[in-house]
Amino acid sequence: MTETFINWGMTADWAWFVATICGILLIALPLMLGVAMIIYADRKIWAAMALRRGPNVVGPFGLLQSFADGLKVFLQETIIPSAANKGLFLIAPIITFTVALMAWAVIPFNSGAVLADINVGLLYILAISSLGVYGVVIAGWASNSKYPFFSAMRAAAQMISYEVSIGFIIICVVLWAGTFNMNGIVIAQKGHVFGFLNGFGFNPLLFPMWVLFLISGMAETARAPFDLTEAESELVAGYQTEYSSMSFALYWLGEYANVLLMCTLNAVLFFGGWLPPVDWAPLYWVNGFVWLLLKILFFFFIFSWVKATVPRYRYDQLMRLGWKVFLPFSLLWVFLVSGYLMATGHFA
Amino acid sequence: MIHTIAFYLFAAILIASAVLVIMSRNPVHSVLWLILAFFNAAGLMVLVGAEFIAMLLVIVYVGAVAVLFLFVVMMLDIDFAELRGGFMKNFPLGIALAVALLAELVLGLGAYRAGKLELGQADGTAATLAGRSNIESIGGLLYGEYLFLFEAAGLVLLVAMIGAIVLTHRQRTDTRGQNISKQIARRPEEATINVKPEIGKGVQL
Repeated sequence: MTETFINWGMTADWAWFVATICGILLIALPLMLGVAMIIYADRKIWAAMALRRGPNVVGPFGLLQSFADGLKVFLQETIIPSAANKGLFLIAPIITFTVALMAWAVIPFNSGAVLADINVGLLYILAISSLGVYGVVIAGWASNSKYPFFSAMRAAAQMISYEVSIGFIIICVVLWAGTFNMNGIVIAQKGHVFGFLNGFGFNPLLFPMWVLFLISGMAETARAPFDLTEAESELVAGYQTEYSSMSFALYWLGEYANVLLMCTLNAVLFFGGWLPPVDWAPLYWVNGFVWLLLKILFFFFIFSWVKATVPRYRYDQLMRLGWKVFLPFSLLWVFLVSGYLMATGHFA
Repeated sequence: MIHTIAFYLFAAILIASAVLVIMSRNPVHSVLWLILAFFNAAGLMVLVGAEFIAMLLVIVYVGAVAVLFLFVVMMLDIDFAELRGGFMKNFPLGIALAVALLAELVLGLGAYRAGKLELGQADGTAATLAGRSNIESIGGLLYGEYLFLFEAAGLVLLVAMIGAIVLTHRQRTDTRGQNISKQIARRPEEATINVKPEIGKGVQL
């Protein structure tokens, strides 16, 4: 895109700057639209599994429900509790929302269609997702209220715990791909299994890691069955209790953007990103973005399905699963994968 | 030009937030300013081409260490008037520490400018090896040239970790743990019985 702007008579610096701004808008705006639609899809899937209709009044099939909700919260008054720490109280949802958008900078949407094609793409995602906890913790503290504070404590412990095993899972993938660059990881999956299946997830040695990643992803984004940070039976609404109108909506948008990001990571790290599932020439006629979108939607369906069917974990069970099951298992798997790769001369 | 603007932006915010870490009255605000300082330092690292160090800074310090800081500071009920009471008493010590740090900084920069140290280029940018990324270069050094030192550092950390666990571990005898595999292995037949008692008769359990 930079070249286009240079041709329009800009200096290289400015062309790069304008091109980057355009790229950011090209990702962020469709992402927001996608989040609105995915909230609708989530509610519809959830309703269908509970034999209900779900949103069906606003627009055809209720398609405009999310926009109506958005308009509603936009027109509401922002209530700030008098005992709250005002500045931090307002900054917290902005942090959550911004961080949820930032990670998308390194996601490859198609061959070469990535905003920042950096060497340390996967580490960048790990770094940004570790920032996500601040929005919740600051909200819990700044609200100056009991339940949000409990929720913030839970969120901090939960996210740190599952980040550890996610780190080890990522190491397994990186060992096989030989790079931290997201596009490089996708390309390394081309014809990975038997020379025609695209994706590390089809590899018997990496498949268990994908299962772990899917579950850890649910815990990391605090989705059901790990939504202990907003467990309504114990904590009212968790860290969002004191929030209203737009500041509440920013949490909602950020949360679903994070869920979409986790689905995308599942697709990119384990199921070949923008590659078609099978390495067969006619399948490449379909645009890579379509394949990525289909995979994201598939994983989002799994997330919704789990949310509709699995009961919530208890907090000690969540911690046990993270530290006593996932951590040793993924550590053992790093050992196994690196041992296998050394034995077969992968690094030679 | 964007490089220069970015540098001054990161540097100015870094220094300002570092000052605010020690100036702000509320410790939670201090920790948050510290996080902003870490973040901007990571930005500076990216500018000199050390992207791996920048990511490590964010993952380790912002993502883990600062969260624990925040955790502790939020839970503690600190009395600031009392903390500030010792300011004049500790002032000379603080000045001495600051002078020592400044001297070390000047010495280090001087030694670096004098050459012979093959750390990077004299203009401050990191020396990049042709055709190798940051991660590969660091990996090559850590696991090749300095393997034994690296492993020794790992061992020291492991011993420290085990020590910390041994010191703080306590066996609780008054709680009943949950045996998950036993729960999963339980079948409906063992847990429930189906009886049809006659009218007016109870059930023997």
